[in-house]
Amino acid sequence: MSALLEIDHLTKRFGGLCAISNCDVKVEAGHTHGIIGPNGAGKTTLFNLITGIYKPTEGHIRFRGESISGLRPGRIALKGVGRTFQNIRLLKSQTVLENVRIAFDSQLHYSPLEAMLRVNRFGRDETKSVAACLELLDPFGLADHAHDLAGDLPYGSQRKLEIARALALKPDLLLLDEPAAGMNTGETSDLTTFLRWVKEHYRVTLVLIEHHMHLVMNLCDRITVLDFGKTIADGTPDEIRANPRVIEAYLGGEGDE
Amino acid sequence: MFFYLAQQTINALQLGSIYALIALGYSMVYGVLVMINFAHGDLFMLGAFACLLLAVLLPVHLPFVVILLLVMLVIGLLGALIERVAYRPLRDAPRVSAIITALGCGLVIENTTLSLSPYPQFLPTLFVSKTLTFAGLTITTLQILIIGVALGLMVGLDLLIRKTGFGMAMRAISFDAKTVPLMGIPVNRMISLTFFVGAGLGGAAGMLYGLAYPQISATMGVLIGWKAFIAAVIGGIGSIRGAVLGGFILGGVEVMAVAYLPSTYRDLISYSLLLAILIFKPYGLLGHPPNQKV
Amino acid sequence: MSRFLDSVARCRWALPALVSAGFAFVVACEFFPILNDYSKVVLITVGINIILCASLNLVNGYMGEFSVGHAGFMALGAYASALMTIKWLPASFFELPMGVLFGGVVAALIGFPLALLSFKTRGDYLAIITLAFLMIVKSAIENISYLGGPRGMTPPVLTTLPWTFFWVVVTLWVIRNLVYSKFGRAITAIREDEIAANAMGVRVREAKILAFVTSSFFGGVAGALYAQVNFFIDPKSFDIVKSTEILVMVYLGGIASLGGSIIGAVIFTILLQVLQPLGTWRMVILPLILVLLMLFRPRGIMGMRELPWFVPARELFKRLRP
Repeated sequence: MSALLEIDHLTKRFGGLCAISNCDVKVEAGHTHGIIGPNGAGKTTLFNLITGIYKPTEGHIRFRGESISGLRPGRIALKGVGRTFQNIRLLKSQTVLENVRIAFDSQLHYSPLEAMLRVNRFGRDETKSVAACLELLDPFGLADHAHDLAGDLPYGSQRKLEIARALALKPDLLLLDEPAAGMNTGETSDLTTFLRWVKEHYRVTLVLIEHHMHLVMNLCDRITVLDFGKTIADGTPDEIRANPRVIEAYLGGEGDE
Repeated sequence: MFFYLAQQTINALQLGSIYALIALGYSMVYGVLVMINFAHGDLFMLGAFACLLLAVLLPVHLPFVVILLLVMLVIGLLGALIERVAYRPLRDAPRVSAIITALGCGLVIENTTLSLSPYPQFLPTLFVSKTLTFAGLTITTLQILIIGVALGLMVGLDLLIRKTGFGMAMRAISFDAKTVPLMGIPVNRMISLTFFVGAGLGGAAGMLYGLAYPQISATMGVLIGWKAFIAAVIGGIGSIRGAVLGGFILGGVEVMAVAYLPSTYRDLISYSLLLAILIFKPYGLLGHPPNQKV
Repeated sequence: MSRFLDSVARCRWALPALVSAGFAFVVACEFFPILNDYSKVVLITVGINIILCASLNLVNGYMGEFSVGHAGFMALGAYASALMTIKWLPASFFELPMGVLFGGVVAALIGFPLALLSFKTRGDYLAIITLAFLMIVKSAIENISYLGGPRGMTPPVLTTLPWTFFWVVVTLWVIRNLVYSKFGRAITAIREDEIAANAMGVRVREAKILAFVTSSFFGGVAGALYAQVNFFIDPKSFDIVKSTEILVMVYLGGIASLGGSIIGAVIFTILLQVLQPLGTWRMVILPLILVLLMLFRPRGIMGMRELPWFVPARELFKRLRP
């Protein structure tokens, strides 16, 4: 089975700073893949590179065997890569439903002229989109809040809405940037169950950046550990737990240089 | 041919130094507030009118330097006042509200002046100019004065920004406006000061412009002010040295365009230059793109 | 009282009824001496301003950019249509509609490259690009003798009240349809957060092009109507002052609101007429009102809200909930 996402010798420099250096990650389809590492290890930068917000300095990113490095972010999203942001980026002055609809719109195919004149597919597509989005919001417990402003939702619901919004794109790959940030132990274990359900129900491959080790170890099939932009370990949760370099990166200590 | 070019260079320096002085005001305000102060061109225009009033209405004959300082003081205070009354309440409002308010303030100033003085006025001679000739080139002492005063003010500003606490605070605010108040810097006072200094320079530019081209009118704020704004953008708005650079580039281009082409092409050329620079260097010659954390 | 207003607001037939009545009225004005010429010109100006305001609102309000170049599109529409009506077309019933359409198309064609520039920069820098565009259009016309140069042109007076009314309805209808479609949602998403919009699969470039081209098309239409009612156009009629006037109307009425655009255009035009005796002081009072409005209501009268009549029934459910 070939990998869904292959990251090959990826390097990203910001001026003199090397945020990602020669990083390799392989994500198998159907897996849940964890990316962990200390703060500043380049995890979010990696997401930004995959989704096209940054252009790689060197190296390749392949999605379903096709190179996506250098494409515009919108194109990459449309190829089936959904994501959430570490610092939630909902459209706060739009309603919950509108947030999801905007992502769902990529599946509507009417033309500008059809929209301007309200003819043909337009009405059918729009009605379908409202129904589909409300249905999507339901398992997230957000259907009752569909007409509230996204910015008015409590923090936890905003995180869920971001996931729902990403799913509205019907992605094959879903990148979650610290989905459990700010959650307590009970909420985190609910999230673990929920993400498992999301993965089964929507048949997506998950890649998640997370600091809650419990969640990562429970959920992930494979884990990549980054430190200073380099891959320092890659393996199953058990292998990672036993890896001395990981322990060193997390607990500090003398480097081997 | 060469003499003609050299002669035009002198004219370009004169116009460029005036543009640069106005552009500084746009850039300083943009640096601290990330806002285009659309009223700035009209403050420049008021500078010329303030000079007219001081020269005509006062019974005593004030020396040139005193008039210049008074004009700068008055226009500077007016600039700070506008910030206090019209911009500060909007600092947390959508950015566009502040821009529109600035546009509105500019219109109010411009049309008030226009209503009070519908026809162009003439600035009396404040400085008796002599013509000097070097090696076939003529330069008037007035031109030397204008370029000298402008350069002096620019050097003064540069020192102010690099060597004083105010300058450091101003640079800190433009670097990171959110963190600076946490360090005990009185942000509001610094912003007022920035407006005071920027508007003061604009006022001085108005007076110098009036000396160079004595016919002054209420609409010159729009005509010259927008040009200076372009200069600020060419240099990279928010960048102090960029404003000066942009001022001289624009002055040079305009003077040369008029020297070698029909004068109606002047605006066409300067705005096309602006467009070309923005296409290839979207943030101006010395400007930086705004950094955005993802 | 508020319940009454609420039920009026929800009357789905009220708007079509008003539009039909309005159309009957303006046609009647053509055949019967109901209004004098002065009132007609004022009403036509109101209509033109509504078109300008609504079309600029698409870029400045819904998309959140700050274009100051709208008078440039007006100029393109005005001159293109004037060429049609003065030089190229024989006098006939179709002269005006053809001229107006041509004006819109020319403006839209030039709006397209401007949209391309908006891919690279946005915010203040895009504002400056639109300014440069406006000045280039103006000084280019000044230097083309075929267009009369600085002396201007004198197109025939062809714009009538019914034609203006027709174009106002078309403009508002098309922009409203666009706004309440996936394209409108994309445009709004760009305003709120372009990075998030990208991650949501919004076709950002397509949306920007659509917004700019539609906006400039109707800007051109307004310019064309303006040219055929004013006896005279010259490059100076379309300078930064004209753009500023349109901006004042848009932000007075409120961003991202078609109802606001109508209100802004009506208030501005009528006040300008009513305050005629004040001469140039008018342009002191109106900006002053705008500044005060911004200080107390930074989003304008109707900012980010819409008259329920303009909201398609499908989108209205949010208001039906308690």
